Amino acid sequence: MQKTDKTVREPLVHITKRPDMPLFPALLIRLCAILLALIICALIIFWLTGLNPLAVYKAMFEGSFSSTRKIWNFLQNTAMLLCIALAVTPAFRMRFWNLGAEGQVLVGGLASAAVMFYVRDSWPSWLLILVMLISALAAGIVWAGVPALFKANFGTNETLFTLMMNYVAIQLVTFFIAVWVPTGSGVLGVLNQQSQNGWLPAVFNQRYGLNVLIVGILTVVMFIYLRYSKHGYEISVVGESENTARYIGVNVKGVIIRTVVLSGAVAGLAGFLLMAGAAHTVTAELAGGNGFTAVLVSWLAKFNPLTMILTSMLIVFLQKGSGEIAQAFRLSSNISEIMTGIILFFIIGCEFFIRYRINFRKKAEEEK
Amino acid sequence: MAVPAIELKNITKTFGHIVANHKVSLSVMKGEILALLGENGSGKTTLMNMISGIYYPDSGEILIDGEEAVIASPKDAFDYRIGMIHQHFKLVDIFTAAENIVLGLKEEGPFDLEKVSARVREISEQFGFEIDPKKKIYEMSVSEKQTVEIIKVLYRGADILILDEPTAVLTPQETQKLFAVLRRMKDAGKAIIIITHKLHEVLEISDKVAVLRKGEYIGTLVTAETNETELTEMMVGKKISLNIDRSEPKNRQERLVVKDLDIMNRDGIKVLDDVSFTAYSGEILGIAGIAGSGQRELLEAIAGLQNISEGDIFYHDPRTGKTEDLKDKTPLQIRELGVRLSFVPEDRLGMGLVGNMDIVDNMLLRSYRKGHSVFLQRGEPRSLAERIIKQLEVVTPSAATPVRRLSGGNVQKVLVGREIAAAPTVLMAAYPVRGLDINSSYTIYNLLNAQKESGVAVIFVGEDLDVLIELCDRILVIGSGQVTGIVDARTATKEEIGLLMVKSHKAAAAKETESRGGNHAENR
Amino acid sequence: MFDTLASIIFSSVVQGIPLLFGATGEIITEKSGHLNLGIPGIMYVGGISGIVGGYLYEHFSTNPTAFLCIAIPLVSSLLGSGLMALIYSFLTVTLRANQNVTGLALTTFGTGVGNFLGGSLLNFFGESGSISLLTVSKYYKASFPFAEKLGPIGKIFFSYGFLAYLAVIIALLAHRFLKKTRAGLNLRAVGENPATADAAGINVTRYKYLATLIGGMIAGLGGLYFVMDYTGGTWTNNGFGDRGWLAIAIVIFALWRPAGAIFASIIFGGLYICAIFIPGLSSAQKELFKMTPYVVTIIVLVLTSIRNRRENQPPASLGLSYFREER
Repeated sequence: MQKTDKTVREPLVHITKRPDMPLFPALLIRLCAILLALIICALIIFWLTGLNPLAVYKAMFEGSFSSTRKIWNFLQNTAMLLCIALAVTPAFRMRFWNLGAEGQVLVGGLASAAVMFYVRDSWPSWLLILVMLISALAAGIVWAGVPALFKANFGTNETLFTLMMNYVAIQLVTFFIAVWVPTGSGVLGVLNQQSQNGWLPAVFNQRYGLNVLIVGILTVVMFIYLRYSKHGYEISVVGESENTARYIGVNVKGVIIRTVVLSGAVAGLAGFLLMAGAAHTVTAELAGGNGFTAVLVSWLAKFNPLTMILTSMLIVFLQKGSGEIAQAFRLSSNISEIMTGIILFFIIGCEFFIRYRINFRKKAEEEK
Repeated sequence: MAVPAIELKNITKTFGHIVANHKVSLSVMKGEILALLGENGSGKTTLMNMISGIYYPDSGEILIDGEEAVIASPKDAFDYRIGMIHQHFKLVDIFTAAENIVLGLKEEGPFDLEKVSARVREISEQFGFEIDPKKKIYEMSVSEKQTVEIIKVLYRGADILILDEPTAVLTPQETQKLFAVLRRMKDAGKAIIIITHKLHEVLEISDKVAVLRKGEYIGTLVTAETNETELTEMMVGKKISLNIDRSEPKNRQERLVVKDLDIMNRDGIKVLDDVSFTAYSGEILGIAGIAGSGQRELLEAIAGLQNISEGDIFYHDPRTGKTEDLKDKTPLQIRELGVRLSFVPEDRLGMGLVGNMDIVDNMLLRSYRKGHSVFLQRGEPRSLAERIIKQLEVVTPSAATPVRRLSGGNVQKVLVGREIAAAPTVLMAAYPVRGLDINSSYTIYNLLNAQKESGVAVIFVGEDLDVLIELCDRILVIGSGQVTGIVDARTATKEEIGLLMVKSHKAAAAKETESRGGNHAENR
Repeated sequence: MFDTLASIIFSSVVQGIPLLFGATGEIITEKSGHLNLGIPGIMYVGGISGIVGGYLYEHFSTNPTAFLCIAIPLVSSLLGSGLMALIYSFLTVTLRANQNVTGLALTTFGTGVGNFLGGSLLNFFGESGSISLLTVSKYYKASFPFAEKLGPIGKIFFSYGFLAYLAVIIALLAHRFLKKTRAGLNLRAVGENPATADAAGINVTRYKYLATLIGGMIAGLGGLYFVMDYTGGTWTNNGFGDRGWLAIAIVIFALWRPAGAIFASIIFGGLYICAIFIPGLSSAQKELFKMTPYVVTIIVLVLTSIRNRRENQPPASLGLSYFREER
């Protein structure tokens, strides 16, 4: 075991944890990451299509903001994504990885659709909407509450549990559509198309107006709830340290269940809004993968509801914009997922440079 | 002259603002046992972690057999034949002993756990261990786990062995066995470093002693040429008379009566066995004992954080005169009974405080439930935070600074300040001065004394016997989960308490089981 | 009777093979302590990369040989899924990013890449219509020539393309690797307790990288099998469906044991399609059958956590990143 041949040197890089990075440099790093990601996306677009990336980005901008209709579509999409992100946030702040928002939204939408399907026009619209809302919330609560109960009592892995619940929900939706539509087409179609009974009324003369308004209010309420209410405080303490929570007499199980139930209820609300305020029908794609995207939105915003407005806008902007490019330059619209992916990779990756410091070996000592 | 097996020169390591080691130098020859002596938090473990590749030093050099060595990872350490037995065992719970022992090894030939087990039995026989190589770690007792750790190092044929506080978890008999093993290894020409803060063990086993104090290297002595007094002085610095003002207890009344308390841990092992004592108002009751003898469980049981299997905890309320049984009550229920119990836990940032929250929000931990509003009332906690910062001279940029960014002493001031502000009738503090500098420590002593004088029943779990003797009125000594004595702090001596700490009613019983276990092993 | 049974088993296996690749890959990944929720995306990319490789070869080669027809899609599939896995491991191992978030982003990305390339590949070469690689897939679908002569037995055991057998072999090898080899022991230690593995001299970073990389590549083969064998060299956007998530479900169902995953995959595959074979089912009832794999997985997850047997739990450090100097 002679070690004489081994050249003696310090390791090239040595990583240490940063004590804390001030806000401004941290923001700068994140901004750089987004910029870098956009440059790479531009290169990829150029390589694939030979188009001028700047023209492409201009088209992207137009995709979201070139007409009132587009702006409202943008707002609606942002509001829905934001609403789902708000749903997962309380659970995340408690370090409960609720990856089941997709399913919770779906069952919410399914429950409201079920009410509308069976009631049709026999109730006044306000009563119908109210019952739809309540059943959507209840469905979301059940879908999130079951994993929470098992997590609190048996420590069942919530990430995997909630993840599986998504697919149960998807199959449940296709099941009910199959029951409701005997022709086997698998498409439910818009409900109450004629009477618009149970449709959310237009606000600001816009069909999505109410959705945007509700989510806007919800964002502020959630921010206040998490930061200024006793419940929100308990959530933070449980998330930071269960030991501390027990030490000050918090009922940890109770808080977990209460918070995840809230999480499910908000997801159910998102399902209701998507169903009653936009689609007026239910499909397995009602949430359209936003249940997963919302995880990213919430995480990128460091679980702060106000910051989430920005992060959800960013994601929707990318999606809308790339959809526009796809149309304008006859590219597949799936480019949007690729770009979203790349930008996310960069933002996810840049957190490392905020949390850690990299020390390089001093050059002078390199040669012995 | 022979070259040392391992030599450290001017090793420095910092964590953020904390200097864990500053220019430490020491050396060990082959066939020599070096004791690394120092109080808790003096940087012993950090230093050894750098030899075993867990941390990398900021500056300084390590020489193995006279040649400069780079130990950037535990793998490098193995290549230099360095083996470390950590204080916190590094074992994979769901693996068997044999699997843990071969973990990470690159042996010749096919992978055969049977062969490994055979070799493990061979080593066990050679050194007199008792171990079943196929037993899973999670089914093992603490001393069995340590045995696995030691066999692991022996299996790898390490030439330089580091043992981090190996005796802390062992019974005296087990300690003697361990020392016998160490002597055999020394005779086989191995260089051994044993980390400890127990003087009698240093004198018994080591050839040389290196002393660290607060991260600084103080010096190395030949064990045969030194004595306890000299080592103590090097370890704690100039013999300081603590000069803690201690008043006579006034108006002593029964406040907390613990009766026949039994507590089982998760593995079903008794960590507290038939513990009974009374804490009086207006006095400081010290609790002494080797770390991990059940002190934490005792305080947590009183605070409602531990399940009690047997016994009662009675609280005499000075205002109502009523007596409440705190058994099977949650912390919240205890508070709702009107019991004003404050608790400074050992794990400050993991239990007493939330590191990522600012000082104001940490004040809220105790008081956030106040009022019927659904919203938090931050006004009162804010002024409390500012009062504590001012009165206890907490060094912090502001009350809005996250607690984890404060130094250890300031963290503790925040915690103790909050607990005292709750105007308790019982105040429990576990190792409240651990890791604190002298000034902060005195701040804490004075606070505790002031509480005692205002009629609070103070329970103080400490590790420094000098402090216990000068600060407390009575000292309860725990040995292996049992009360081995309650002494008057004004007349007790360190030796007397030290003896009680290692005494155990179970000692005889343990010996009996052990010999039976031995027979059992022979029968197999 | 026998024939029906044989074709049920045959269909279950064919459905199960992509899941088995995915599950084996995910098990190896999770054993290193990394929950890779990007596996669905990786399988997508594994599929489309194979398609691209096969398409280019068919497009540019005038005289395709059997060897290259198999090798080129295989290699390009491995490259594609390997690159995807590399993104994941770089972010989660080196940059210690949150695994859930990274995995979900990777799945978004991978699905995007798959659908984008699948949708635009023909446009790049000025063709239209849909992708159909008949030459290449012929070799992937080729089974033992004597299979048909053996009747039901042949159908059950010998009538699959070579990737199906490869899936079973890889799963068995992975099982043996984890249980019986030094490196397997080390890998399990990394996933259980990286600090301990590190202290034992195991290069934690290398094991994590290799496990996520190899795991990702194995999973990618599931995508390749799907496009080359199952669909016969064609691509439909989102045609792969939720199979990636089903693979993750199998990991739980099989209690992190690759050999168990073989049976679990076939059972799940059977549940996926058995509705077709049961006469008189309404379309609604068929959907309920498709739900069963997930429900069963949830039940297994719940039961194992209630029974709390240490050996049946997820790797203890699953989802956590490791930094040696953490304190």
